Amino acid sequence: MIKIEPANAWPAIGFGELWDYRELLYFLTWRDLKVRYKQTALGAAWAIIQPLFMMLVFSLFFGRLAGVPSDGIPYPLFTFCALLPWQLFANSLTESSNSLVRNQNLITKVYFPRLVVPLSAVLGGIVDFAIAFLILLAMLPFYGVVPGWQIVALPVFIVLAILTAMAVGLWLSALNVQYRDVRYTINFLVQFWLFATPVAYPSSIIPARWRVLYGLNPMVGVVEGFRWSILGKPESPGVLVLVSAIVVVTLLIGGMFYFRRMEQQFADIV
Amino acid sequence: MAEVAITCENLGKQYRLGTQETYRALREAISAAVAAPFRRHKPLAQEDYIWALEDVSLEIKRGEVVGIVGHNGAGKSTLLKILSRITKPTRGSATINGRVGSLLEVGTGFHPELSGRENIFLNGAILGMRKSEIERKFDEIVAFAEVEKFIDTPVKRYSSGMYVRLAFGVAAHLETEVLLVDEVLAVGDAQFQKKCFAKMNEIGKHGRTILFVSHNIAAVRSICEEAVILDRGRVTAKGAINETVDQYLAQMMVAGVEAVETGNFILSAVEISANRSPVIKTFDTVEIRVRFVAKTDIMDPGVFVSILTMESQRLTGLDFKDFASAPPVRAGETCELGFTIESLPLLPGTYQIEVHLKDMGRWLVEIVPRVYPFEVAESQVYGGRKLTQWFGKVGLRAHAFVGAQENSKAQVCSN
Repeated sequence: MIKIEPANAWPAIGFGELWDYRELLYFLTWRDLKVRYKQTALGAAWAIIQPLFMMLVFSLFFGRLAGVPSDGIPYPLFTFCALLPWQLFANSLTESSNSLVRNQNLITKVYFPRLVVPLSAVLGGIVDFAIAFLILLAMLPFYGVVPGWQIVALPVFIVLAILTAMAVGLWLSALNVQYRDVRYTINFLVQFWLFATPVAYPSSIIPARWRVLYGLNPMVGVVEGFRWSILGKPESPGVLVLVSAIVVVTLLIGGMFYFRRMEQQFADIV
Repeated sequence: MAEVAITCENLGKQYRLGTQETYRALREAISAAVAAPFRRHKPLAQEDYIWALEDVSLEIKRGEVVGIVGHNGAGKSTLLKILSRITKPTRGSATINGRVGSLLEVGTGFHPELSGRENIFLNGAILGMRKSEIERKFDEIVAFAEVEKFIDTPVKRYSSGMYVRLAFGVAAHLETEVLLVDEVLAVGDAQFQKKCFAKMNEIGKHGRTILFVSHNIAAVRSICEEAVILDRGRVTAKGAINETVDQYLAQMMVAGVEAVETGNFILSAVEISANRSPVIKTFDTVEIRVRFVAKTDIMDPGVFVSILTMESQRLTGLDFKDFASAPPVRAGETCELGFTIESLPLLPGTYQIEVHLKDMGRWLVEIVPRVYPFEVAESQVYGGRKLTQWFGKVGLRAHAFVGAQENSKAQVCSN
């Protein structure tokens, strides 16, 4: 039995219904990937080219010319370890923020839990990440790095990166329906965020007393976590990761409620 | 077993008028928020809102096939959107028993780059089908759509007919207890439409509840058993299909509709009536009257009236200037121009009138942005035979005769 009622100020998240629609989530993700790789000349190669070129550019300008420290790790490896989760985050965030507007034909014609749309956009980013990860697997033996026991913690940081993209993506996608200039701020936001994250530089250059504040950027915890778990950097990023995780969970819960609240009028304003 | 499938209680949907308010720029929202403490809050006036649907209470029983009829802006689509849960009502509530499938468009989510096979799965999932369910019906869908050979071709290479067939094929196999359908049958060729009607009728016979919105009165009549008439957001009638639709058409023909504005005219009414009876029948003498108010001085008023099928195929047209001329009309004055058609050559069915208003003095032609449907009632055309689509739309005043029969044997003999 389905009950239809006027908009509710605080609707429940509806996890049960979301689970019922898991196949749609799968199909939308699959569609986006299929179309993306079908329409581009280089197909899946893009997933490798992007982080690879950024690594080259960063290594040249920051590593070589500017002499940015890399905590004793070969700079290309140092930055690539950060670029992997960064690209996962940045792509997923951009895709999910634009997802509702891009799928407005679905939203105005069919009912399904709207959360499926930004979630599927985030999931699509994981495939690109997996492909780019193969490059890292090739780089590790080249630089003679053998990951230690810390590698088992890697999935935690991957999940954290995905959740961060999801949390911010939920906010931005819902805002984007209502305010179309949000789209223009996304690129700017991602660029700005890149420099606020230790991708090109180590977080050790941030003064210790600012570290916790710095950790409020959840990507700091993710990136430092990646380096720690893959490259076996001695100091564990425990505190940073904890702060990041708290921020992400808060953003995510808030984002879900905000999204559910706004979704009731998506079809009317999109 | 008269179980209730759909109940609506005082459903109402309010929209805000004007599009510039709907999606604002974030920049404006921020500056408005900053400026807010310094400015007196001005609530939106009541006129800025419109009730697209008002106080709709309905009860639809399980297994009923109900047509929702009403002209543009009557709230048909809004009602369907609320029941499909695409949009929320502003007031009231509704309850639906069972799974709901809604077809507000054929091929929602179809992607041109994907193959027919891939689109079947994608579209099925979007409509709420399980993967296993789609797999089970896959062959049936493909056969229904008649696209076996092209199933692995991207749909961007499909003809529009194939595309629609495939899209409808998926939709027609949606097995939900309640089906909400909006105008999707307005596409496709005549033969396929018939097949779709048959499929939907078949679905209806399995005890499914169907709510069908259409402008196509003939389609509503052939599919539905019951009709609900919506007028300006309210339910004005509900009952057995034929009586209710007749009542609706009669109402519409008598009352005309609300005025429509174009650049230089306000069209107040378009009426079509038979001289002798309340309904129009084939070969009746009918009058079409177009009444308008001039917004500017009209030097040489004229009107072009066309008769179209419900599929918007143009059947014929009449231009006033070919018959007569009318005196100038001053701004603010009302003018009525009309035609008498001696014998209306249209077979039973629903048609629509399209109007262009003209000022021949200024070479001005303005199309009226809506059409006026009318119905030619069933009658004893061609000896009372039930007319199928083979007879087309045009009625001919005809008599059959037997030619002089020559007896060839006699001829031979006489020679």
